[in-house]
Amino acid sequence: MLQRIYDWIDDRVDVTPLWRDVADHEVPEHVNPGHHFSAFVYCFGGLTFFTVVIQILSGMFLTMYYVPDIVNAHASVEYLQSDVAFGMIVRGMHHWGASVVIVMVFLHTLRVFFTGSYKKPREINWVVGVLLFFIILGLGFTGYLLPWDMKAYFATQVGLEIAETVPVVGDLLSNLLAGGEFIGAQTLTRFFAIHVFFLPGALLGLIAIHFIMIRRQGISGPL
Amino acid sequence: MEKDHNVSRRQFLTYALLGTGGFMAAGVIMPMVRFGVDPILQADAEDDMVDVAAVDDLTDVPQAFDMEYEQDHGWHVEQVTETVWIHMEGDEVVALSPTCTHLGCTVNWGTDPDNPEQFFCPCHFGRFERDGTNVQGTPPTEPLHRYEHEVRDGRVFLGTNPSPQI
Repeated sequence: MLQRIYDWIDDRVDVTPLWRDVADHEVPEHVNPGHHFSAFVYCFGGLTFFTVVIQILSGMFLTMYYVPDIVNAHASVEYLQSDVAFGMIVRGMHHWGASVVIVMVFLHTLRVFFTGSYKKPREINWVVGVLLFFIILGLGFTGYLLPWDMKAYFATQVGLEIAETVPVVGDLLSNLLAGGEFIGAQTLTRFFAIHVFFLPGALLGLIAIHFIMIRRQGISGPL
Repeated sequence: MEKDHNVSRRQFLTYALLGTGGFMAAGVIMPMVRFGVDPILQADAEDDMVDVAAVDDLTDVPQAFDMEYEQDHGWHVEQVTETVWIHMEGDEVVALSPTCTHLGCTVNWGTDPDNPEQFFCPCHFGRFERDGTNVQGTPPTEPLHRYEHEVRDGRVFLGTNPSPQI
């Protein structure tokens, strides 16, 4: 039955080459942990992507209950965590996953650095990777404010003061980020929009470019 | 050699990978889906009866009473005020919802000069008898919805969800 549904679709739109391209793509021996166990270091990029997918999924579900408003934000987080089934688990996945993503990105960066994989012809992909790193830091920074508790407030206070130290445009930059002179209702909605729309959009676009370049250039050779 | 086995090596690997992968994916997805569908699986809040009026104030002419209660919206509690038309039919208390069963406008008692003994809806001139029965030949197709009621110590208590009459 499934086979026939697949064949019916494949007859019309020819999907086989799309997934065959991925499935038949050979993993070189020197990056396959099955051949040399030490090759597990090559898994960190994939693990970064895996945790990013978990972040996106758990984040999508969290927004079913979360409200980015100074009156209701904290109450809605408390509600989804303590009264909704698996709320503690789903919020926990997003909370701990945020740290895991950053650890995985860091390990992935170390692997690329120490195997010299950033060298010609892969310089552009290194640059894209660094941009991805900044976007992930931005997601961590903006997401930290959303529960609207004491830690959120003061962490953002610190972040904005760091922005203020930028020469010449520091004050402007801080006001632009906060949506005003102080951390308030406008900061919360702003950080929410950046956290769930702007940065994830940029993240997905750059990840696509990152992956396409890997396929174009191939995986770098053994040490 | 390979022919002796019912399941080929390739097939076994496919099953093993799909099974393990599926198990891991389910572990990630299951909590999120259960989290998302929680509203339809939460036990219905007990429909507390609300004190609306004194039995002594009721007559056989329908009067509008305010019904005030708190509605639980998860992290927010909403103060709701609804209007209910209540009258006595013999010894029986009748509490009707003012929502017209045609398109949901609000009906009033006796506002149509030609039919002072009926509920009247100003939107499409729908009419209802005193007991809520819709008048044939006017737009509504079913009677006004009725509130569940209970009399305790001379006070009328109503449920908060009116239900259709038959």
